[in-house]
Amino acid sequence: MLEFMEGSHAVAEIVKRCRPQVIAAYPITPQTHIVEDLAQMVANCEIDAEYITVESEFSALSACLGASAAGSRVYSATTSQGLALMFEVCFNAAGMRQPIVMTIANRSLGAPLSIWNDQQDSISLRDSGWLQFYAEDNQEAADLHMIAYRVCEDHDILLPAFVCFDGFILSHTYEPVALPSQEEVDAYLPAFTPYQRLDAANPLSFGMYATPEYYTEFRYEIDRALYRAKDAFARAGREFGEQFGRDYSALVEGYRLEDADTALVAMGSICGTAKDAIDEMREHGRKVGLLKIRTYRPFPAPEIVDALKGVSTVAVLDKNISLGNGGAVGTEVKSALYGSGAAVYDYIIALGGRDVRKRDIAAVVDLAEKGKGDMFYGLRTEVL
Amino acid sequence: MRELRIHGRGGQGSVTAAELIAFAAFEGGVYAQAFPAFGVERRGAPVQAFVRFSDEKIRLRSQIYEPDYIIVQDPTLIGDVDVFMGMEAGGIAIVNTEKPDFDARVPKGVKVYAIDATTIALEELGVPITNTTLMGAFAAATGEIKLEPLEHALRNRFSGSMADKNVKAAERAYNQIGGAA
Repeated sequence: MLEFMEGSHAVAEIVKRCRPQVIAAYPITPQTHIVEDLAQMVANCEIDAEYITVESEFSALSACLGASAAGSRVYSATTSQGLALMFEVCFNAAGMRQPIVMTIANRSLGAPLSIWNDQQDSISLRDSGWLQFYAEDNQEAADLHMIAYRVCEDHDILLPAFVCFDGFILSHTYEPVALPSQEEVDAYLPAFTPYQRLDAANPLSFGMYATPEYYTEFRYEIDRALYRAKDAFARAGREFGEQFGRDYSALVEGYRLEDADTALVAMGSICGTAKDAIDEMREHGRKVGLLKIRTYRPFPAPEIVDALKGVSTVAVLDKNISLGNGGAVGTEVKSALYGSGAAVYDYIIALGGRDVRKRDIAAVVDLAEKGKGDMFYGLRTEVL
Repeated sequence: MRELRIHGRGGQGSVTAAELIAFAAFEGGVYAQAFPAFGVERRGAPVQAFVRFSDEKIRLRSQIYEPDYIIVQDPTLIGDVDVFMGMEAGGIAIVNTEKPDFDARVPKGVKVYAIDATTIALEELGVPITNTTLMGAFAAATGEIKLEPLEHALRNRFSGSMADKNVKAAERAYNQIGGAA
């Protein structure tokens, strides 16, 4: 049954039903409503969790890391500068193979200071070993949390995950969302069974140093686990579909790609606007489609190649910039499509909250079809 | 799909109005989406909030540039802000003003409903917060939301005598515009 609510509230409600045992977070715009809601739920005894108040994001994720190592299901949420402050702990959490789930209400990084949305924050942690899932709408944002716990806690995976949804654009938007009941969530997501945990009676050390004889093999194991996460995600997404009717088995999802000459590639909420723009372009006989990337890590390179077979022009919408080398998603899509014959162009768009309209999507398609790309879209040259 | 843009000043409850109108529309059986023009909110500064209504799931995420409807909470905004921007013939504007003959360049074919929501709010609520009053006017002028789900939305948001007062303010505006619409 659909209910009308704010995106942040939908996330908090679903996190509650995932029964985390420890929550530690530090409030930061636009993530704030999620952790306020969860703090209230803990205070009201609606959720049997320890809510650890901390003085910084570094401490928030450190507390989560310790609690996870002790065998608890844990949760955090952050964004932007908060995630930047967690940088060191992020690498440690993946390296120690702790299945932490953290919501990222995507926001730009300073300086200059901006509270508005782009995806620079999570993209900048792409090499940390965390799985990264991106939601197009608030239903998907809520659902991906359940899938994330399933994938992360799988003993063949044991990695942390970001569930990314666009700050403000989704987090502060009210729209209909179907929330599964506690019983339904329990049926999908069993209690956390740690593979190993801190136990005074059976001492273990986590995050010890590895000499040159071992370090490479540790990194290799993490890398392999990320690749295995593709199948785990597909399985968890398919089973989610069987139980709830919304299938997330696809790591990438095509929209009107069947006969498309030109394909947009994007992640997150911009996909919704792109779909509406594509419908309008299709009415004018333009053969345009969209490929939505749901899992940025692991990166679905073969899936992208497969989905874009027959497409001659590809336009990647990047809500981030790897300064000095173009957009991060575009770079990886180009790498995946190397040798395919398709012309792949990258567009830096919607940084720091700049609004994207249907006509902007159409303008990008026009540029790509004219062979103009690898550029900032909509640059205000008059202020340069 | 129909689109509403609400113009107000920080502190006047424009974002709440968007939420409650969208909630009432959803309760009435359509898809709805409500969101603010995200910013660093300051009391008194011009703000906007947006609502979309559709019979199908809403995917579009851009702000609203060509609204079918506008609500103007504060008459002093007219002049500071081009509240009618992007409106076309057939559009409907609900403007809170004491002076129905206010000076503004209204696009041709846009129907303006002027209502003294401040007086209604002061009499019913005791404060010049006009958002709930203007929701009643919006319901009567556009038919996008019915009075019953609007009352439900208000009672869902407010409790006790505050709920009664807000419902009464909305009803008064609904009836006042209802005669004109």
